[in-house]
Amino acid sequence: MYTPVPIAVVEALRERIRCLEGRARHRRAVLPFGVKAIDERLPEGGLALGALHEVAGGGNGAIDGAAAALFAAGVAARTRGRVLWCVTRQDLFAPALASAGLAPDRVIYVEAGDEKSVLACFEEGLRHGGSHGGLHGGFGAVVAEVARLSMTASRRLQLAAEGSGAIGIAIRRFPAPSPRLPSGRLRPSEPVIGPAKGRTRWTGYGEGQGEGAFPQTQIRDSDSRRRPLTRNLREERANSDLSPQAGRGEGQPTAAVTRWRVSALPSHPLPVPGIGRPRWRLELVRCRGGESACFEVEACDAQGRLALPSDLVHGSGQKAIGQRRTAR
Amino acid sequence: MVLAADAAAQRAGLNAGMPVTKAQILVPGLIVRNADLQADAAALDRLALWMLQRYAPIVASDPPDGVVIDTTGVAHLHGGEEAMVTAMVERLAASCFTARAALADSWDAAHAFARYAAKSFADKSVTVVPPGESAKAVLSLPIAALRLPRDMVADLRVLGFERIGELADKPRAPLTLRFGPELGRCLDQAMGRASQPIDPVRSGDLIEVRRNFAEPIAAAETIARYTGKLVIKLCEALEAKGQGAKRLDLLFHLVDNRIEAIRIGTALPVRDAKRLTRLFCDKIETIDPGFGIEIMRLAATLAEPLPPKQTNFSLAGEAEADISGLIDTLANRVGHRQLYRFAPVASDVPERSIRRIAPMAADAGATWPDQWPRPARLLPIPEPIETVALLPDQPPVVFIWRGIRRRVNRADGPERVFGEWWKHDAELRAVRDYFQVEDDTGERFWIYRAGNGEDGTTGSHRWFLHGIFG
Repeated sequence: MYTPVPIAVVEALRERIRCLEGRARHRRAVLPFGVKAIDERLPEGGLALGALHEVAGGGNGAIDGAAAALFAAGVAARTRGRVLWCVTRQDLFAPALASAGLAPDRVIYVEAGDEKSVLACFEEGLRHGGSHGGLHGGFGAVVAEVARLSMTASRRLQLAAEGSGAIGIAIRRFPAPSPRLPSGRLRPSEPVIGPAKGRTRWTGYGEGQGEGAFPQTQIRDSDSRRRPLTRNLREERANSDLSPQAGRGEGQPTAAVTRWRVSALPSHPLPVPGIGRPRWRLELVRCRGGESACFEVEACDAQGRLALPSDLVHGSGQKAIGQRRTAR
Repeated sequence: MVLAADAAAQRAGLNAGMPVTKAQILVPGLIVRNADLQADAAALDRLALWMLQRYAPIVASDPPDGVVIDTTGVAHLHGGEEAMVTAMVERLAASCFTARAALADSWDAAHAFARYAAKSFADKSVTVVPPGESAKAVLSLPIAALRLPRDMVADLRVLGFERIGELADKPRAPLTLRFGPELGRCLDQAMGRASQPIDPVRSGDLIEVRRNFAEPIAAAETIARYTGKLVIKLCEALEAKGQGAKRLDLLFHLVDNRIEAIRIGTALPVRDAKRLTRLFCDKIETIDPGFGIEIMRLAATLAEPLPPKQTNFSLAGEAEADISGLIDTLANRVGHRQLYRFAPVASDVPERSIRRIAPMAADAGATWPDQWPRPARLLPIPEPIETVALLPDQPPVVFIWRGIRRRVNRADGPERVFGEWWKHDAELRAVRDYFQVEDDTGERFWIYRAGNGEDGTTGSHRWFLHGIFG
């Protein structure tokens, strides 16, 4: 019969595993979000400092990475020290980062030109970061915009971050799809998947062991308008025996401690014409030592803090996806 | 004899090589002075030294009137070959030197192009020959472009040779019999088959340490080890003088008479042996040791005073972050221009409201005004969109961007941005009306209409998409 294991035994086992893992981290420093719903889903109650995290955009945000950049800016704004931001080509608009709390004096940009250099600069920045040798120095956060992040590269970055204590954020931006014909029509080879009602379609490929794949496309519907795919799915499925995202490197596992996806949602409704505080769907796709979750949050304010939308906090009828319903 | 003539002299009719008496006849009241060739040569050496500090580690003076620079591996730091050479000529022109420059595969070819190509290329002062093509291109130059004695050139002309290409075809043995081995050697050097080593200019002021090897070394670890030892010696020499180095050159003299060089630069003067060794070792793979290295020379090309400083060891406060080491490493890897910070500029036009400043510049403490929202990504060139909108100040109801039709759910605006008439005349009445729009899926965009909706002179009244909000 099944006998419940006493809690003390489980704790002792956990302690042994922690010692076996080496690098005795008794209590890792964390950067909490300040939102109870998110912090309680993360192990140790916040974003681990001295670790690598990944952020990607959802839907069209996977290409332009605007929401992901603001999310990363909000996180970096709440760290101490300077921020190093590595890109291949510069298209950030600095006033937007300043309105997310990241003052322009704090950020140093590196325009590296190609992926290899970006990863090299990312690693250099992480090595010089955080509580380096006991003194606070170097960079508090290092952000890099990469398209491909292999397992070996992410492991090196994770080791560099652990050595120094800086937080590393990799913004995944995927290359734009092939251009459309000027008349706005689809190219004849692109298949179109039928509409899904207002939410992300998870294909299920590349998902396993609790790690979710980035979806191939975000399909929205209203009045039967069809949004074409960004890749020719049928061809890829035929060509690759792995997940179709393997061609773009989306679903591949990395050594990042957490993996997030940020998609844009309609903003806070105002009683007057105008756009209120923007809202995001923040999905914790993968978390080491925790489970995936999905949150609907309001975007960063001037100090870089997120917030839960007020009508959700007070329990209006909208059901949060994947989140345990809290009693009102 | 007149040695050289500038533009004003040439307009008066004087040319180089003209006898002085003829010149005195052409220009009445001409003041005649003897040429001081040694002072000229000394000035040329000083110019070569100046260029050594700015552009490349291997620079030599090419008497009587030229400077030769070996730019292997430094072109990318200055923005490309063409940009670098043009910048050099412009910088010399700013110091009142009229210069002609050429970039080619070998010293002799570059010498030939600099002096003789301008006459065939419509008076361009900069010639950049694509890599690998200088051997072919040199064939069409006159034989005076080879560095031969004047009487040999005259004799060749008498024999009927005008272009280098004609000489290159002929069998070598009869020419050597008649003119000696020098002709063959010059031809080979011009075509790139033989190489002439450049002896870099040295100066007594520069701090330099060197090391000779009894047995030539070639392995990367050995080079790294000896680099470390040389850097320690150099830092001691710098400390004795109270200076820090901002630019260092490590020159390798190879067994086969070539010279390879590594150059590193730092943002602030530095005397730290470990940091400099690390910067050098990053770049050791870029050189080719060939058959072996005989001599290693390390020179501090640009040194500035670096007095000793007291560091703050207080236990209570945080020490000031010292990231200049990391900035130097990154700058040496990707180039100094690719590392920057943004600073606000007081301008309404969004693409002009930011400017780049050096990463180690002092904190300005200024930031942008935040009453209007700004997009996280700004397109470098605004893209035209098709819209349906009610004039004069309504946001569009529907717009099509990159082939996708979106319906606007909510919008904010207009934010009116006036053109900067004090900068450009064309912007005297130009107006942009910016709107922040959100479509029904939640994506937010920043679009604008070029014009105020009523007056046709304020803009074309076309709509553009300028940025994407997060």
